[in-house]
Amino acid sequence: MNAHVKPAETGATRRDVVVGATLAGGALLVGCSPADMLGMGAKTEVGAFGPFIKIAPDGVVTVISKHIEFGQGNHAGLSAIVAEELDADWSKVKVEQAPANTKLYANTLMGAQGTGGSTAIANSWMQLRQAGAAARAMFVQAAAAKLGVPAGELTVKDSVISHAASGKSATFGELVAEAAKVAPPEKPVLKDPKAFTLIGTDRVRRKDSQAKSEGSARFTQDVQMPDMLTAMVAHPQRFGAKVKSFDAAEAKKIPGVVDVFEIPSGVAVVAENTWAAKQGREAVKVEWDESEAEKRGSDQILAMYKDLVAGKGVTDKLKWQSFDTRGAVDDKTTGAQVFEATYDFPFLAHAAMEPMNCVAQVKGNNAKLTFGSQTPTVDQLNTAKIVLNLPGAIEIETLFAGGSFGRRTNFQSDYVVECVHIAKKIGKNRPVKLVWTREDDMHGGYYRPIAHHAVRVVTDAEGYPSSWRHRIVTQSLMKGSPIPTKGLDETAVEGCKGSPYLKATPNVDAQAILPETGVPVLWWRSVGATHTAYVMEHTIDQLAKKAGKDPVEYRRALYTKAGASRHLAALNLAAEKAGWGAPPTAGYARGVAVHESFGSVVAQIAEVKMENGEPRVGRVVVAVDCGVAIAPDQIAAQMEGGVCYGLSAALFGAITMKDGVVDQGNFDSYRVLRNSEAPTVETYVVPSGNAPSGVGEPGTPVIAPAVANALLALDGGQPTFALPIMKA
Amino acid sequence: MATTLDVNGKAMTVKAAPGTPLLWVLRDELGLTGTKFGCGIAQCGACTVLADGQPIRACSTPVDAVGGAKITTIESLGGQHPVQQAWVKHDVPQCGYCQSGQIMSAVALLTANPSPSDADIDAAMDGNICRCGTYQRIRAAIKDAAGAAPSAPQA
Repeated sequence: MNAHVKPAETGATRRDVVVGATLAGGALLVGCSPADMLGMGAKTEVGAFGPFIKIAPDGVVTVISKHIEFGQGNHAGLSAIVAEELDADWSKVKVEQAPANTKLYANTLMGAQGTGGSTAIANSWMQLRQAGAAARAMFVQAAAAKLGVPAGELTVKDSVISHAASGKSATFGELVAEAAKVAPPEKPVLKDPKAFTLIGTDRVRRKDSQAKSEGSARFTQDVQMPDMLTAMVAHPQRFGAKVKSFDAAEAKKIPGVVDVFEIPSGVAVVAENTWAAKQGREAVKVEWDESEAEKRGSDQILAMYKDLVAGKGVTDKLKWQSFDTRGAVDDKTTGAQVFEATYDFPFLAHAAMEPMNCVAQVKGNNAKLTFGSQTPTVDQLNTAKIVLNLPGAIEIETLFAGGSFGRRTNFQSDYVVECVHIAKKIGKNRPVKLVWTREDDMHGGYYRPIAHHAVRVVTDAEGYPSSWRHRIVTQSLMKGSPIPTKGLDETAVEGCKGSPYLKATPNVDAQAILPETGVPVLWWRSVGATHTAYVMEHTIDQLAKKAGKDPVEYRRALYTKAGASRHLAALNLAAEKAGWGAPPTAGYARGVAVHESFGSVVAQIAEVKMENGEPRVGRVVVAVDCGVAIAPDQIAAQMEGGVCYGLSAALFGAITMKDGVVDQGNFDSYRVLRNSEAPTVETYVVPSGNAPSGVGEPGTPVIAPAVANALLALDGGQPTFALPIMKA
Repeated sequence: MATTLDVNGKAMTVKAAPGTPLLWVLRDELGLTGTKFGCGIAQCGACTVLADGQPIRACSTPVDAVGGAKITTIESLGGQHPVQQAWVKHDVPQCGYCQSGQIMSAVALLTANPSPSDADIDAAMDGNICRCGTYQRIRAAIKDAAGAAPSAPQA
């Protein structure tokens, strides 16, 4: 069933995730492919140029994106791939969001329609090149007939097909009716990448900047429909608590409140507008059954993690699993050759600017969702279970989303399901907009889990690792998967597993243990690398310092030993551009870090100083190898954004709990990076002819260790064994 | 009880009860959805609008406290305001959700101070959070727009 999905070394886990969800749907029917089955019931009109391209008589080319745009800039890159092969006039290319239709729009690396794992460009690369090239061939054939010249003598540029010898030409707009009648070629001829005129240039710009600069871009929060109701939900303050009873009398007195009722996740208050819903929600009195609730604090969870490293609490069911074993680690050597450290990472909220929300309409077994759906296939599956219909029959109109960073996709479709339950109760196809406040969003769980690492390295006479013992404790992100994960959950160890430093070490014993808690956890921009990159990169700088070696030179030696040529190239480019070796800006120290995630290698060199007791990051030089660079300015934008997102967490990010109650609720208690604290990021792309890999996530995990390494390099600098750097 | 507001140069009569935040009046009642909801407690700036040219957080301004102030929202800038042009030129937005608020803060800054220093920009823009991290492009766009001599919209 999932034979077409062969997880590669990196990014495999996210694919498994959605394949898992796909297979869950597979339980409904047997005997057809998951994509066919999940697409069953969907009604999508496909035009002459296929599911990804529409061309209008005015010559406007519309590229249909199967991927949601929530900041990553993928709509620019995806439309540029089509425009390149089609030779379309870039100024006349628009982007439209695809409807939910797994058969037509599955992510080729996932087997389900979804955006994640920095795969949007990577999985679309050949698919969209072929779509563009096929449409181009159809236009060429139509032009040859219309102009009465041989097709082989025609050239295409900026949506105009020309015959040089006769001086005749015709535009896409003039030819669209005839071209639509031409049978598409079975094997369209793709361009030689050397002939690209758009891809890789700074002409590839965002298509949504105007709409997003004038307030007209449509987000879920902005949906307004006739007769629409707005809902808020009273949630328990502890994860796992259930409604015992509730009193709606006061809430129903609020003008505009229409109904108050129980749903599986709490008590819904439905009103004529947002403010009435919020006031009604505050007035409803709920008694909670906390018998199954998680009542531990975050400190207790971390203490339990540390106990596991010491062997306490390990059972037949909860046991250590190896992810890299080679040679025999040296547990006997003591003294100067031994480096030992532990590292702690807190829960993190995604805190996207647009709190989670959804609009749903339910009538009988039919449902339509209008919102920023990151994984339509999974949202269809979870909705179908509530309204009892085929997943493919669930309509989804995907809008822009005000960020996600992973939060808008999870196995349970938590906030989507909440909205569908409310809309089902309201029924009659009446639109219901579920609005979460910032506090709902921040208290809502699905955090990056707490992680704890324990590392013991023995070095050789040259100061390089000869023995590396590594222990990781964190919660499994795959735990809620509809199919059980085979073996170790890779998301817990990715980045440590496969590290060039482990490859360069002859004796390795690396293991992980994944305890459960009642706190729902989730991938958070760059997933496992959020902690593994930090541990590996900060450890390496401490080893280099102990060996009396320059951290760049030290890495070069290890990359050479490991055959990590892409790491080496990215490191060298960053070091050159940052002026490594020359003194940094006065008062600053430099820190370097390099990490591969989602198939891309990112090297960063950060200049950091202490100012009023806080680290201040000035310049950050980034070198990225992401294969063919399609939209260079958007690659830079993702590096800038990734650095800020990672830095925000490194400096300030922590969700803590006391007795199971989350301490943070809004940006006053969950501090995030602000404009004056943002560094200036310079991005350089390592030239590459490889197929494109992702840029949405790989810039994120590298900045924390780069900053910690800079702090270590300051006069009297110390290592940082727990994040965030600034304690609340 | 009806309240009359001056929004984008037009007198608007709204029904919202006293105490309702201006944000929800603009969005739910007047359909001006360019102004966003981000935090509800004046911490993130996504709801920034101008009141007599001064930036305010609509999420924490009760409608009955607005009085006769001239309210200006992102919709009134028209799309080709020099600050908006600079935003597009630099491809500032990523997810875009915070950008209406960022732009309104920038318009207020440049109206009061046509040639802001880096410190002026820091002071004026620190109330506007961007989780995508578009900050350096915001700074570049503000400097660019400063060169283009922006003017406040006549509300």
